[in-house]
Amino acid sequence: MDFELLLAIFPQVLLDGIILGFMYALIALGYTMVYGVLEFINFAHSEIFIFGAFVGVEILLALRAGGLLETIPWPLVLVGVLVAGMLASAALAVTIERVAYRPLRGAPRLIPLISAIGMSFFLQDVIRLFESLWRNAFNLVYPSMDALNRRFEITETIDISMKSLVVIVAALAMLWGLHTIVNRTKIGTAIRAVAEDQAAASLMGINVNRMISLTFLIGGAMGGAAGVLFGVQYSLINPYTGFIPGLKAFTAAVLGGIGNIPGAMLGGLVLGLLEAFAASYMSLLTNGAFGAEYKDIFAFSVLILILILRPKGLLGEVVRERA
Amino acid sequence: MKGTPIRSVLTVCAALAMALLPLGSGLDAQGKGTIKIATQSPLSGGQAALGEGIKLGAQLAVEKFKGPLEKMGFRVEVVPFDDQAKPDVGVANARNIIADKDIIAVVGHLNSGVAIPSSDVYKEVTLAMISPANTSPIVTDRNYPNVNRVCGRDDVQGVVGSEFAAGLKAKSVYIVHDKTTYGQGVAEFFRDDAKKKGIQLMGFEGTEEKSNFDPILTPIRAKNPAVLYFGGIYDQAAPFFKQAREKGIKARFMGPDGMDSSDLTKIAGKAVVGMNYTSAAGPASALPRAKGFVEEFKKKFGKNPEPYAAEAYDSAAIALKAIAAAAKGGKMPAREAVAAEVRKVKHSGITGDIEFDSKGDRKKSNYFVLEVVSDNPEKWGDNKIVKQLAIAAPAAKN
Repeated sequence: MDFELLLAIFPQVLLDGIILGFMYALIALGYTMVYGVLEFINFAHSEIFIFGAFVGVEILLALRAGGLLETIPWPLVLVGVLVAGMLASAALAVTIERVAYRPLRGAPRLIPLISAIGMSFFLQDVIRLFESLWRNAFNLVYPSMDALNRRFEITETIDISMKSLVVIVAALAMLWGLHTIVNRTKIGTAIRAVAEDQAAASLMGINVNRMISLTFLIGGAMGGAAGVLFGVQYSLINPYTGFIPGLKAFTAAVLGGIGNIPGAMLGGLVLGLLEAFAASYMSLLTNGAFGAEYKDIFAFSVLILILILRPKGLLGEVVRERA
Repeated sequence: MKGTPIRSVLTVCAALAMALLPLGSGLDAQGKGTIKIATQSPLSGGQAALGEGIKLGAQLAVEKFKGPLEKMGFRVEVVPFDDQAKPDVGVANARNIIADKDIIAVVGHLNSGVAIPSSDVYKEVTLAMISPANTSPIVTDRNYPNVNRVCGRDDVQGVVGSEFAAGLKAKSVYIVHDKTTYGQGVAEFFRDDAKKKGIQLMGFEGTEEKSNFDPILTPIRAKNPAVLYFGGIYDQAAPFFKQAREKGIKARFMGPDGMDSSDLTKIAGKAVVGMNYTSAAGPASALPRAKGFVEEFKKKFGKNPEPYAAEAYDSAAIALKAIAAAAKGGKMPAREAVAAEVRKVKHSGITGDIEFDSKGDRKKSNYFVLEVVSDNPEKWGDNKIVKQLAIAAPAAKN
């Protein structure tokens, strides 16, 4: 076995895993925050995520068509696209909540779940319909920006590209921002109060509906940011691309403890790393008997083990008892 | 209230008359009935560019060659089906197709993994299938009387590819495939022959991943192979090759005919310029007789014909020829008779002279090695032919 090779690529695999993990973490936040306040899984979140990616690519393509992509400095373009993607996804998330979930607030818990799955299919095909009419295309490609493709060689086998750095920095900034909002502001306190006990929170003068909308807004914005970063990093998107990352992010949220915000971040990172290491190392370690195609089987086997040992996830489910 | 029953009876009668009217007048115009030719190919999803080309190619041929059948008093129609590149959808469509008695020939599919189970359904009623694009050996090796193809085979195509790699003096190769009947199949033929030629195999990996190839690419980069081969279709290969170049992999890229679509450069851009792919169906520009077809296609549909459109054109032309032969007495031909006639057809098509052997393979097919010359999708048709071979199909094994 070429042990040296395993060692040589270790930092690169670690880096790949971290990038993927941050992506999952950003998406997982949407699932976990909604679960925290409403105790249901918003399965339309994978489309909220990919919607951000589509808004991003449309803006970039429009800029390129106008010849502005080269003239405007790239960090400005990137920040603009990121903000637009976040706003669009946040607006979509709030609308979905208003249209598809709020009328079902009093219904048994499985009913909004079905509504969410229907919403997911509906959005996929609306995006597909729109893009086929507008661009006559199914797959859309993020225009590549040379500045983002620049690579910094660290050693012969390890390097990091500008866009990977951007993804990591942006993801860290988002996570830090979210942490501050939830834990340090009045709004955050109100959201946490609604999560703990809706009736008591409303007795304290908190507008519960507004806090729930706000939760969708924040979760949607994180999903939209993840969508734009996903497009920048992996470049190809289509209307159904959101499904698999969405499912993985949902898993990450459960792994970290559903309803638990730091748990979602940790779960995303763990899942991303597991996947990256499985995909890169499986075939090397088993001499080709088990290839990269078994990465999900490996990752999910580990997840099952963790959940057997810690049924409430790594950091535990959302705290329901009084602090 | 007394008038109501009478009035409602009258309304029903009127409605019935209205419904029957077009039917009756239709019968007059039809004369001997309608002959339908079905196409099956992905019309939606990531591979729609190629699937659409197959449909349009067949349509063009039917419009051009339906004259003799119309003179006999038949109406000729093309019925397009969307198999979505999914085996289950293809089979469900196939059930609908065999239920429609007017459909007496099928042009399709694009994906071997869809064609194989669907053709099992056609075989139940011996419905002739003429494939423009299915290169997996299994398609014809089952010796079905109704299954034919005008393109080449993967067991030959894989060897053409590995011969080309050996000709480049490549010492090592890393192979990735998409785990489908087609992609894994052609990758295995490439691998086996490359090994025989002494090229070192550094890895053989399957993946269904569509967007994030990082974890697969990291070991490839560390191993630094001379050739990186992707057995699969362009919608997956394009992001794979793009990310490979961005990650700094310097290998020469290669692939089978699944790469053959302008969407490859649309998605991967500069990354795939200079890459080589084999094809069992040459570009229309390489076919001396296809010139008129390309112009006509452009005029009618406003775009360049994608690869396999010319093959679909020939497939549909063969189907019409066989139907005309089977309808000699002026009667609506039986499906079995059409299938038998397809096997006997000698057609001088735009992709060359076509004759089928006893198992439905084209007796002599063309194989090409091409090189991508530009990152502009409009210029896909200008891709350079590096090598062109005419190879006979291998004989049946049983």
